[in-house]
Amino acid sequence: MTTVHTLRIDGADVAASDGQSILAVATENGIDIPTMCHLDGLSDTASCRLCLVEVAGSNKLTPACTTLVTEGMDITTTSEQLTEYRRTITEMLFLERNHICAICVANNHCELQDLAEKLQIDHFELPVINPSVGIDASHPLFAIDHNRCIMCQRCVRVCAEIEGAFTWGVMGSGIAERVVTDMGTPWGESPTCTSCGKCVQVCPTGALFENGRSIAEGSKAQRPFLPFLKRLGEGLEQT
Amino acid sequence: MTKPTLATIWLDGCSGCHMSFLDMDERLFDIAERADIVYSPLIDVKAYPEHVDFCLVEGAVSSEDDLRKILHVRQRTGTLISFGDCAVTANVPAMRNPIGVQPLLDRAYIENVTINPGIPVSVVPKLLAMARPVHRVVKVDVYLPGCPPSADLIYQSLVDLLAGRTPDTHGARFGR
Amino acid sequence: MSESSATTSARPRRRVVNLPAHVGPTRASAYVCEAVSCLSMQSHDVLLGLGERVAAAGLTDVEVKRVGCLGLCAAGPLVQIPETGELFAHVVPDNLGGIVEALAAAVPGGERVPEAPFFSRQLRIVTENSGRIDPESLEDYVASGGYQALRTVLSTMTPAEVRDEIARSGLRGRGGAGYPTGLKWNTVAKAIGSPKYVICNADEGDPGAFMDRSVLESDPYRVLEGMAIAAYAVGASIGYVYCRAEYPLAVSRLHKAIQAAGRSNYLGASMLDTEFSFEVDIRQGAGAFVCGEETALIASLEGGRGTPRTRPPYPAVAGLWHQPTLINNVETFANVAPIIRKGGSWFAGLGTATSKGTKVFALAGRVVNTGLIEVPMGTTLREIVFDIGGGIVDGRAFKAVQTGGPSGGCIPSEFLDMGVDYESLIGVGSFMGSGGMIVMDETSCMVDVARYFMDFCREESCGKCVPCRVGTTQLFMLLERITTGEATMDDLAQMERLGHMVQRTSLCGLGQGAPNPIFSTLRYFRDEYVAHIVDRVCPAGVCSIEPAPVST
Ligand SMILES: Cc1cc2nc3c(=O)[nH]c(=O)nc-3n(C[C@H](O)[C@H](O)[C@H](O)COP(=O)(O)O)c2cc1C
Ligand code: SF4
Ligand code: SF4
Ligand code: SF4
Ligand code: FES
Repeated sequence: MTTVHTLRIDGADVAASDGQSILAVATENGIDIPTMCHLDGLSDTASCRLCLVEVAGSNKLTPACTTLVTEGMDITTTSEQLTEYRRTITEMLFLERNHICAICVANNHCELQDLAEKLQIDHFELPVINPSVGIDASHPLFAIDHNRCIMCQRCVRVCAEIEGAFTWGVMGSGIAERVVTDMGTPWGESPTCTSCGKCVQVCPTGALFENGRSIAEGSKAQRPFLPFLKRLGEGLEQT
Repeated sequence: MTKPTLATIWLDGCSGCHMSFLDMDERLFDIAERADIVYSPLIDVKAYPEHVDFCLVEGAVSSEDDLRKILHVRQRTGTLISFGDCAVTANVPAMRNPIGVQPLLDRAYIENVTINPGIPVSVVPKLLAMARPVHRVVKVDVYLPGCPPSADLIYQSLVDLLAGRTPDTHGARFGR
Repeated sequence: MSESSATTSARPRRRVVNLPAHVGPTRASAYVCEAVSCLSMQSHDVLLGLGERVAAAGLTDVEVKRVGCLGLCAAGPLVQIPETGELFAHVVPDNLGGIVEALAAAVPGGERVPEAPFFSRQLRIVTENSGRIDPESLEDYVASGGYQALRTVLSTMTPAEVRDEIARSGLRGRGGAGYPTGLKWNTVAKAIGSPKYVICNADEGDPGAFMDRSVLESDPYRVLEGMAIAAYAVGASIGYVYCRAEYPLAVSRLHKAIQAAGRSNYLGASMLDTEFSFEVDIRQGAGAFVCGEETALIASLEGGRGTPRTRPPYPAVAGLWHQPTLINNVETFANVAPIIRKGGSWFAGLGTATSKGTKVFALAGRVVNTGLIEVPMGTTLREIVFDIGGGIVDGRAFKAVQTGGPSGGCIPSEFLDMGVDYESLIGVGSFMGSGGMIVMDETSCMVDVARYFMDFCREESCGKCVPCRVGTTQLFMLLERITTGEATMDDLAQMERLGHMVQRTSLCGLGQGAPNPIFSTLRYFRDEYVAHIVDRVCPAGVCSIEPAPVST
């Protein structure tokens, strides 16, 4: 027994069932809202802030990925202001670490590149951070290049919520925040990693990759473990 | 009516953008119809003219030499175009930024060298503290990202620019 | 000699002080502050020394006792003779003669407040016991009216009546945003789920703020009583005080208070012989500022990483372990018992139209009297800075007062006659925050102030969301450019745009508030920014700007 709601997205009336997120309803109706931390099948953190939308009657912006629809909601997914914010967020993602697409394993198969292209970003205006960050290549099959990590934490969530290994976590705070394996143990020495490779598959950028294989060769093309578990995982808690 | 003038310059880049420029192939004739190419590493002219209408800048600003060149060129150019990722984001040259100049030179010229280690002091221009995108140093009017930008993008953008239009860079992308 | 033997018997027990057992009624007393600030200046030696000297002088009708914060912290160690209102500042253990003489001469005449405006302009509700009772003595607390309110609540009021009384008082949350406390209690009471929790937020991470620490160190039972009343009102059975680990004295006093209250049935099962049960435990945080944000605090209590999450759901509906959770600030809880004792209408009669009661501020910076003060809402900044604070040091000119900590703003002199409450502060681009108040004179550079707070936010950002994680660093870089004379007017425009973006898109209050110091200083002191950028000078002479490079 699901309750059906009617609401408006970008001026069009749409129907949605109770418990759906704004993002899910928009996607069902062919309305594209940029996302990065969200991945169908994983819990949502609302941390990238790309999916912020305007809801009539509220002067705050609302994350589409974690906000559930309500009857009569009137949602605007794109405006000059929202686009400006999304461009700035994208620019921040490039500038907080070191992205050199030309020599990156993900070149041309990267969700961050896609986003920049979609938002027509052709240069960056904000201060450049250029931090000195490392690479962990100790694992026999995979490696992580922190220069390309955008802290979406998809790897952390897939590892905990789907593989159940809890290998990935987060250390440090603010701009110095990093994803780490087993509280900072080199990945190759991790006692919990099952080498399932799910983190590599869900990583949107060139941060996680299979050794000796570029992403163009298809290492991120398939995520068969996600839709299946999405069905099982209806009602996954927000974190 | 005189044709607009076009120049290209090469700062800290791999010359790939200029290769892509050459990849316009027969369309180069078309560009030559629409503009006078007055200065470029691809032609044999020694001095940058007093005034140039359009200039494509390849490469990041990495050395004192690059800095001198770009300041000079900016003064004499109408529309300055950041040409390729190194000009737009500092790209590969910026890989040294987190390392710092001195450790970088030590590594390249001393630590990894067995015969006559030593940091060159003459001929090679002095590195700036950071490799920077062109627009962090001088005003840039148009950006053509890509490593390298495709010949199609270069051609279409030049046609637009030379005709006085803002180029449509839709589909341009960092990397390739 | 009974008194000297009392003294000697007390001596070996260095920390547990049981000072001169005077016989008969007390004619005069010496209250020695043992809150952390005075303690750090050897007030414990003052206490022991005074005990010895009083005993040696044979003053058997004089009581020497440890009390909590006396307020004028910068002048510590402080000793007060409440019977005469005399206050001794900067007391040193080997020069106590003056105090002993004053004690010998003191004429009993009921408690008197010292006449200096620092004290007479204050109205003490939250701090009514601070500096008057021994914070480690349950008997002292009870003797000063403590636990009357809880007794009344448990024996004569329904939970709904308690909530109504709080709602009637108009009390608003003292943790910063001023959310109506009665409304919050009602939401938790109505939320479905069991058990429910009550959390006291004692994370107090604003730089320079120490109101909550002082309340906990000076009057811990009051907070526990407020929590117990709240628990009864919302139907909770378990409580936590989340206190930063940097407050060891507060934690230890709270710990002792919880134990003593439990032994006397003011906490625990079947409290005060009723059916109501309430347990309280202390949890210590590692001192991250963001852990004061309620959802981050809850994540930290649950043993996870202390990062905020999006609301809704609000903690009132789904908080600790997804159960309905009431979370209030220390000072909010400290207001509860007096409201019950004296009635919601009494409280509602104090303060301004929208902000009732008093507010405790930590007055700091370039004022003569720095320390902890409590004033009615609506007290003007002028009264606070010039009457209570005693004006600017060295007779310099007042420039601004910063309120609200890292999410707050700087208020210039044109608003000195503004009464301080939640709305008025927001109206001038600042924020109540937890109660930090930093007074600045012409030696402060407002760009440097903005830079300081942005540095704090960038350090304290948890890193979860992009706008705050990256934006605070970039805003800081832009401010650094300005303070070093490297910025252009384009950088200033970019900083404003970026600030608005960070404010509107960040996930929690830290990021949303981080650009505020920039906006408020730009609003009133834009000329200082322009001077740094265009003229390359720092008008206050704080920032060192290199001479202009030869232009190329
Ligand atoms: C970054 C940040 C830090 C905070 N720090 C504190 C704090 O140290 N103490 C506090 O009581 N509230 C703090 N708050 C406010 C709490 O989230 C919450 O609103 C408050 O504890 C509710 O209590 P109240 O209604 O009694 O004010 C903070 C909020 C933010 C966004
Ligand atoms: S991760 Fe994506 S955006 Fe970053 S360098 Fe690689 S391809 Fe470019
Ligand atoms: S490694 Fe990849 S998946 Fe993990 S946080 Fe970084 S960008 Fe996201
Ligand atoms: S605003 Fe800052 S502190 Fe708050 S969640 Fe985002 S990164 Fe963390
Ligand atoms: S997709 Fe919603 S905040 Fe990232």
